[in-house]
Amino acid sequence: MGIIEAILLTVITAATPLVLASLGELVTERSGVLNLGVEGMMVMGAVLAFAATQATGSPYIGILAGIACGALFSLLFGFLTLTLVANQVATGLALTILGLGVSGQIGEPYVGMSGIKLQPIVIPLLADIPFLGPLLFKQDLIFYLSIALVIGVNWFLFKSRAGLKLRAIGDSHGSAHALGIHVIRTRYLAVMFGGACAGLAGAQLSLVYTPQWVENMSAGRGWIALALVVFASWRPWRLLAGGYLFGAVSISQLHAQAFGIGIPSQFLSALPYAATVIVLVLISHNRRTTLINTPASLGKPFVPDR
Amino acid sequence: MSAVGASEGSPLLAVRSLTKLFGSFAACNGIDLDIRPGEIHALLGENGAGKSTLVKMLFGVLSPTSGQILWKGEPVRIPSPGAARRLGIGMVFQHFSLFEALTVAENIALSLSPGISLSKVAEEASRLSHLYGLPLDPKAHVADLSVGERQRIEIVRALLQHPELIILDEPTSVLTPQEADRLFETLAKLKAEGRSVLYISHRLEEVQRICDRATVLRHGKVTGACDPRQETPASLARMMVGSDVASVTAAGTNTKGEVLLEANHLSVPARTPFAVTLKNVCLKVRGGEVLAIAGVAGNGQGELFDALSGEYPVAEASAVAIRGKAAGNLGITARRLMGAGFVPEERHGHAAVPSLPLSDNLVLARNQSDRKTFLAGGVLGIIKHAVVRIASKRISETMDVRKSGDDPAAGSLSGGNLQKYIVGRELDRQPAVLIVNQPTWGVDAGAASRIRQALVDLAKSGSAVLVISQDLDEIFEVATEIAVVSEGRLSDVYPAHDLTREKIGLLMGGMYGKTEGGEVAHAH
Repeated sequence: MGIIEAILLTVITAATPLVLASLGELVTERSGVLNLGVEGMMVMGAVLAFAATQATGSPYIGILAGIACGALFSLLFGFLTLTLVANQVATGLALTILGLGVSGQIGEPYVGMSGIKLQPIVIPLLADIPFLGPLLFKQDLIFYLSIALVIGVNWFLFKSRAGLKLRAIGDSHGSAHALGIHVIRTRYLAVMFGGACAGLAGAQLSLVYTPQWVENMSAGRGWIALALVVFASWRPWRLLAGGYLFGAVSISQLHAQAFGIGIPSQFLSALPYAATVIVLVLISHNRRTTLINTPASLGKPFVPDR
Repeated sequence: MSAVGASEGSPLLAVRSLTKLFGSFAACNGIDLDIRPGEIHALLGENGAGKSTLVKMLFGVLSPTSGQILWKGEPVRIPSPGAARRLGIGMVFQHFSLFEALTVAENIALSLSPGISLSKVAEEASRLSHLYGLPLDPKAHVADLSVGERQRIEIVRALLQHPELIILDEPTSVLTPQEADRLFETLAKLKAEGRSVLYISHRLEEVQRICDRATVLRHGKVTGACDPRQETPASLARMMVGSDVASVTAAGTNTKGEVLLEANHLSVPARTPFAVTLKNVCLKVRGGEVLAIAGVAGNGQGELFDALSGEYPVAEASAVAIRGKAAGNLGITARRLMGAGFVPEERHGHAAVPSLPLSDNLVLARNQSDRKTFLAGGVLGIIKHAVVRIASKRISETMDVRKSGDDPAAGSLSGGNLQKYIVGRELDRQPAVLIVNQPTWGVDAGAASRIRQALVDLAKSGSAVLVISQDLDEIFEVATEIAVVSEGRLSDVYPAHDLTREKIGLLMGGMYGKTEGGEVAHAH
């Protein structure tokens, strides 16, 4: 395996949790809900996935536990913001703080324990393709899921009727309600999809990226995922590209150190945010693209007339 | 009423003592209504009369507190818009319920039954829209369309469900007279097909022109049911308002003073892709004149107001002159200090802060122009609340502002009363120049006539008044001169008595007296 392949493999591993968490948040935000609790849902997914894997010995059970935990945790957010109409920003921040705290508590007995790594699934024939084969077809289940989900979400949003309704709610929940679309129900589902994806991303961290439990192991990836959604202007394919770009940047600090290149690691870890700011400026420069892609009712609470 | 209904065939839709309470306030109080197959039925009433509440109940957006709805003689419950659509009721909303980020076809598909593919929707929408003379491009994004085109989407969307009853909520308020004519042709086609139309409006002549019957609402109750063709506009208005509306005495014969407001080849590039570029706008308003600027919404009215008021100053100082002094590069406060007053279009959040009391809103607008009166302590700028309250009270009394309590939050006033206060706030200063954008938008007839009279009186006292309005009735009531704005260009200024509705309609389409000879340009 050449050095380039080795580097690219680490990029894929670093990018997968970003793609997954931000894809979930993309769907949530397309429905008009801003959930800033991605970091919290992710770290909860990570600890529960690790604990379930330890308890059962099967990382696949761990994956399911991570997904379920993320979805349940987001349900708390959904109840507070959709049913009780709490402020979405404040609730999201609280969810992150809560998730970091609770996961530390749950994970305490697991600190320092060696984990069980999720093994790659080798796809016959395709895996024998030189260069690409080992990169793309000797990967773990979560990587395959991340790619399938990007394709699936893109199809869902832009080809299916349910996706059309979801986008309509995100654009104008009042109009959607007037058309008889179930705004709150759809938003619950979108929030839970976001939570499930964040939980899956967390499971990837504790089962693939570094198969062990470390407190705060999401390490700000939830925030990068949030930035990534804006960076991708709420479009799944751009999000995939952006996820790999951000993944590459975040992993490059390690490689830069390995090669003795003297770029301060803080500078590199700040790069995704700087890139997001630049993209924000660029897309807001063209108001038409902003208007067509940005969910107009993002973050606004919906209370139907009675 | 039911006896009449029975003698002329059974009604398609009947409403029996329908009531909707919001708290203890009855928005609709025991309403009876019959709509027969194949008729265009008008629902008349002022703002706040309960028209919108009634149709929202018919379309399943609101649920009635008590009473009955009968569809083809059968009692029905309409719990949701979907249920209304399944019955065969379609609705075109006043405030469009369109999704700007989606395409025309996607917008239409959203209200159709599931299982129809998007491409089929596009095809069908295109076919229907041409059949009814409402051309549409299914692939266009709504954000890029004009108001008239957006309304077409709403109508086509309602038609695609083959409704037996179509409800239209104030459909012509955003259309040019020519576009309205086209809409009336479409309605006539629908009627000929045996469909019924419930037509909500407060424009009496329209109702007299196209409607077979009318039901009039006031304060949530039915105050009359009639054949509008047998009535006079005055008798209909009396049913709507409950008393004769004071007619505005026009400024007509004022002595003309000096030019107090001037725009000199004013050009402003569009700030956003949806804004309109102002192109070479020239106008002069003398003391004693009311210049009314007509035009269909979104043709540069907002941009013109922004440039004239200084909300967005322009680069060349000479482009705008107030009382003979160049002011183009100055902001609002500087222009107020020069003797100008401004009333923007949007009441909530622009002309007033809804959550603050009236007196605070007064200080916010006039803390510079009336600094000595309202503020104490020099640079500290301490508000003299007692003085402000007295001024606020004076304004409320002069303009007959009806409110609860002495100094309620601006947002708690009804639209008409808040607008009276906002206009009064400027008039109280006796400005030499007053610029008003849509002075009576969404305001009931009584308040509207009060505001219009105040504008006319201000001009009579020697000030220059510029009124930007979409309401032709209003324009003919107040104006001494009229100009039309179309796609950011201003037509020549005509004396009000030289213009007719038809001529203004042509100017709205951007045809500057070019109607004779050659191809008539495609209006809008």
